[in-house]
Amino acid sequence: MDELQEILQTALESVERADTLQNLEAVRVDLLGKKGHISQLMKGLGRLSAEERPAAGARINVVRDQVIAALEHKKQTLDDAADAAQLAREAIDVTLPSRPAQYPGGYHPVTRTLERLNALFASLGYTVATGPEIEDDWHNFEALNIPAHHPARAMHDTFYFEDGRVLRTHTSPVQIRTMVSQTPPIRIVAPGRVYRCDHDLTHTPMFHQIEGLVVDRDIRFSDLKGTIVTFLNRFFEQDLDVRFRPSYFPFTEPSAEVDVQCVMCAGEGCRVCKQTGWLEVMGCGMVHPKVFEHTGIDPEQYTGFAFGMGIERLAMLRYGIGDLRLFYENDIQFLNQFHGSV
Amino acid sequence: MKASIAWLKSLTPTALDADGLVSTLTMAGLEVDAVEAAALPFTDVVVGEVKQVSPHPDAEKLQVCQVFDGSRNWQVVCGAANVREGLKTPLARVGAQLSEKIHIQATQLRGVESQGMLCGADELGLAEDRAGLMELPSDAPVGMALQDYLSLPDEILEIDLTPNRGDCLSVTGLARELGVLTDAVFTPVSVAPVPATIPSQVAVELAAPNGCPTYVGRVVEHVDVARPTPLWMVERLRRSGVRSIDAVVDITNYVMLELGQPMHAFDRDALVGGVIVRYAKPGEALVLLDGRTVHLSDDVLVIADHAKPLAIAGVMGGEHSGIQASTQHVFLEAAYFDPVTIAGRARRFGLHTDASQRFERGVDWALAERAIERATALLLEICGGEPGPVSVSSAPAHQPSTPVITLRRARLTQQLAMTLPDETVASMLEALGLRVDSTADGWVCAAPSWRFDLSIEQDLVEEVARVYGYNNLPTSLPAQAITMTPQPEATMTIGRLKQFLVDADCQEVVTYSFVDPSVQAHFEQAPGVQLANPIASNMAEMRQSMLPGLIEACRTNVNRQVNRIRFFETGQCFVPEAGGLNQSERLGLLLMGPAERTAWNTGRLVDFFDLKGLLDGIIALHGGDALNYAVGTHQAMAPGQTARVLCGGEPIGWVGRLHPRLAKRLDLAKPVYVADLALSPLLAGRVTAFEMISKYPSVKRDLAIIVSETTPWQAVQHCVESITDPRLRAVELFDVYRGDSIGNELKSFALSLTFQAKDSTLDESEIVGLMSALITRLKTELGATLRE
Repeated sequence: MDELQEILQTALESVERADTLQNLEAVRVDLLGKKGHISQLMKGLGRLSAEERPAAGARINVVRDQVIAALEHKKQTLDDAADAAQLAREAIDVTLPSRPAQYPGGYHPVTRTLERLNALFASLGYTVATGPEIEDDWHNFEALNIPAHHPARAMHDTFYFEDGRVLRTHTSPVQIRTMVSQTPPIRIVAPGRVYRCDHDLTHTPMFHQIEGLVVDRDIRFSDLKGTIVTFLNRFFEQDLDVRFRPSYFPFTEPSAEVDVQCVMCAGEGCRVCKQTGWLEVMGCGMVHPKVFEHTGIDPEQYTGFAFGMGIERLAMLRYGIGDLRLFYENDIQFLNQFHGSV
Repeated sequence: MKASIAWLKSLTPTALDADGLVSTLTMAGLEVDAVEAAALPFTDVVVGEVKQVSPHPDAEKLQVCQVFDGSRNWQVVCGAANVREGLKTPLARVGAQLSEKIHIQATQLRGVESQGMLCGADELGLAEDRAGLMELPSDAPVGMALQDYLSLPDEILEIDLTPNRGDCLSVTGLARELGVLTDAVFTPVSVAPVPATIPSQVAVELAAPNGCPTYVGRVVEHVDVARPTPLWMVERLRRSGVRSIDAVVDITNYVMLELGQPMHAFDRDALVGGVIVRYAKPGEALVLLDGRTVHLSDDVLVIADHAKPLAIAGVMGGEHSGIQASTQHVFLEAAYFDPVTIAGRARRFGLHTDASQRFERGVDWALAERAIERATALLLEICGGEPGPVSVSSAPAHQPSTPVITLRRARLTQQLAMTLPDETVASMLEALGLRVDSTADGWVCAAPSWRFDLSIEQDLVEEVARVYGYNNLPTSLPAQAITMTPQPEATMTIGRLKQFLVDADCQEVVTYSFVDPSVQAHFEQAPGVQLANPIASNMAEMRQSMLPGLIEACRTNVNRQVNRIRFFETGQCFVPEAGGLNQSERLGLLLMGPAERTAWNTGRLVDFFDLKGLLDGIIALHGGDALNYAVGTHQAMAPGQTARVLCGGEPIGWVGRLHPRLAKRLDLAKPVYVADLALSPLLAGRVTAFEMISKYPSVKRDLAIIVSETTPWQAVQHCVESITDPRLRAVELFDVYRGDSIGNELKSFALSLTFQAKDSTLDESEIVGLMSALITRLKTELGATLRE
């Protein structure tokens, strides 16, 4: 029996000595292979008597099971070590900059502002309308009740083409196109580029406006006021004082300029509002009956209101941009500040 | 329009201070831009009389003066050149204050005591320029506080009038408005007729009665044009922003500012025969008061005599018929010119005059006679003279008429969303100068002759709203129409396209729609539409594609050391075509620099396929017609890396690498890839039509073929797909190989084909049949061979 224990002892030692998976396999074959020591012991049972055989076999099996357990344990140990080594080789510097699947670019602040405006008005049921930027005189002026030589034309600093067409000076011609092609009720916003022949610190020859138009039965001045006040409070996400000042646009009557309490100083007076506490942000009014006549809508049946505002101005106030010219330099350092969802 | 508050209050004595006036006027649509003091806030300055002037013992340029203040003499050391005995001039005595900073104290000037200061107009804030001591009129009461003598303190309102309110381009007009807006009563300037003392007249012929239906003239003989304009008038002119010229011109300007009637004064002796108001003859020349010669056309109304034009009607007088120092007899003109006839004429000659500003907007057509009487009275008072009779020439058929306007109570109530008492409405309208008759349904009104902006009902709605106060009117939201807005599913929004590009690390830019023609010429064969009045030569031509703007935006950033650029822009482009102008939205893209934002792990630069991937990605958003790319040549793109982009068989634009030669010229060192495409085809998607999915397994087969180097992948793809067998589910390219084992001018494409049937499991023989059909087709159509 001592011999069996000796074999076991030797086997366990050789398992323990194996330092690679290959060595371990060699040890396994040496012990448990067809010609292995333990296999040989089993074969030696044949020489024993039938009475002795079961007990001897059981003892050998115990030894064999112990050896197998040792082999498996050792294999697990060696596997773990190999994995650890592999992982160690594959270790990375987790502090290196990321490689995002989709790193976003950005919107131009004009688009960002326009999209917010579109969304705000869409929530009130407005749809978006568009029109050409090279316009004819009729849509840009005549139909809007601005006949040739009207003093209001001088305020527009129009870009002309040889054929008499113009670069639209406002988004108002889209009102005309909409009223000509649709029947009331009408509820649109028309965002887009407009052009004025003026270039200095506070004017760029191209800028953006959004125009709104509502035509329906029984639209009243109060509806215009309510729409504008609600819009301004939603846009600036503050409850701001809003005032309506009588003004003049040939295509609306009554016409108003809208002032909002200065968002920079809460109406206290600052450089941005020129110490007045008010910021002029838009023009608006009730659609002029002549405009209805030009577009084939009966002013006795329908009334409406229209409003228009400069997008850059709103964006400057919203984001605190101090220089209009930055909008068209397209410097990435400027552009990539306007993150986030639109 | 600048107006002195003191002058306004002389007609409408409101108790409002400057802030109150600013708010009242502004909230009634007469926007006050600025308020400025008419003078510095000086105190204790009086009318002084210089009694004695003696030389300073110790300073050549100084003089020692004794100045009387009505009760005693003050010794003042003065260096002004115009100081002299008998001069009346402002005296600031010891203790006086000229401004917040300047206090007058007794002082020694080179050893001589000075007890005050004699003042120039500039030192009191009464003039811009230094011109010695201010010379007060000889009848100025010595000792009177200068503040009282000059009606100070006074403030000047600068009012930004809208073009419809020409009636407020006068103190009378503004005061009248204040009478409506405040409790104070407006009292017009009283003008009494001045009887003629001589029979002299100038004959006037109205040869263009549509442009000038009323012309009032008057001769005043033996006028002393050298007499000074009284200080009160100079001051009122100054506070209105008008410089004093000479008494006659000052009087015509004063009447214009006071009543609103632009006037002109001719030297009667410069007129040949009578006056004719007519249209100019084409090419007729006139030397204007400012010395410039202009050549007229036949739509310009002129005042002429029997020999030549004298003035552009309603704009500016001529040089030679104006008042000279030698003028003895004056012919005064006050006319009504039709606004449409005058409009735009001043601008055409590069002019903007007080007269044209008023006539273009409309001058009270019943005012001319009153203005002539007012001017005559002032002229006689200041310069003396003998007036002839007022001669009124008119063409009644061409006179403006008074519009009769019906205002319905129901309409007013509907528009304002509130009911105003009838008496309130009527009294507002009457205060504005309308004649008002009440009827059962509302009011019938006649507009006053000075309100050119009142002709229809809505004009009166506005007036009532304005006078009542916009901010006092109710506020509501429109009753919501119960409709759903359409949401077309097949058409993708521009917003979604932009979102995709932004999410793909692109930055939106906005560039000017007008570009430098020399830059655009790099990209286009034909010039674009030219602006007739560009703001600069590098913004003179409308863009035909997005490329010039994107390239410029790229260069701006490259110049600022940016080395990775991924830009896009959408917007209208303007392409001249045979049938006219193609004006439509396009999408532009520009990629340059490292492919990835984080460059620490790969230095790969973007290439053609990165840009193409963005384009195909847009289509993948909505599953519309795939884009096809045809090898092409574009003058601004690199040969071999340029493709015409087609959608549904139609060319929609270009994608390619900016030609290296052009890039070098534009100082762009790295490869730049650009695309310019029509936008609408990119947005045309489709609504999914569901197709039953197969329950049977799919089988993949690879195929390597050899084709000519000139055969594009797309030809192979189309060839394979053209078998239109529903069992061929997909064809993918997984390798392109070139090498010696294949041969020159040849390349190998390795394709992975996926087969699947809907109704059965494909057996080997079916697949073999399909593969051999494909191979045959590739051989016959493209000359492909199998790569072993």
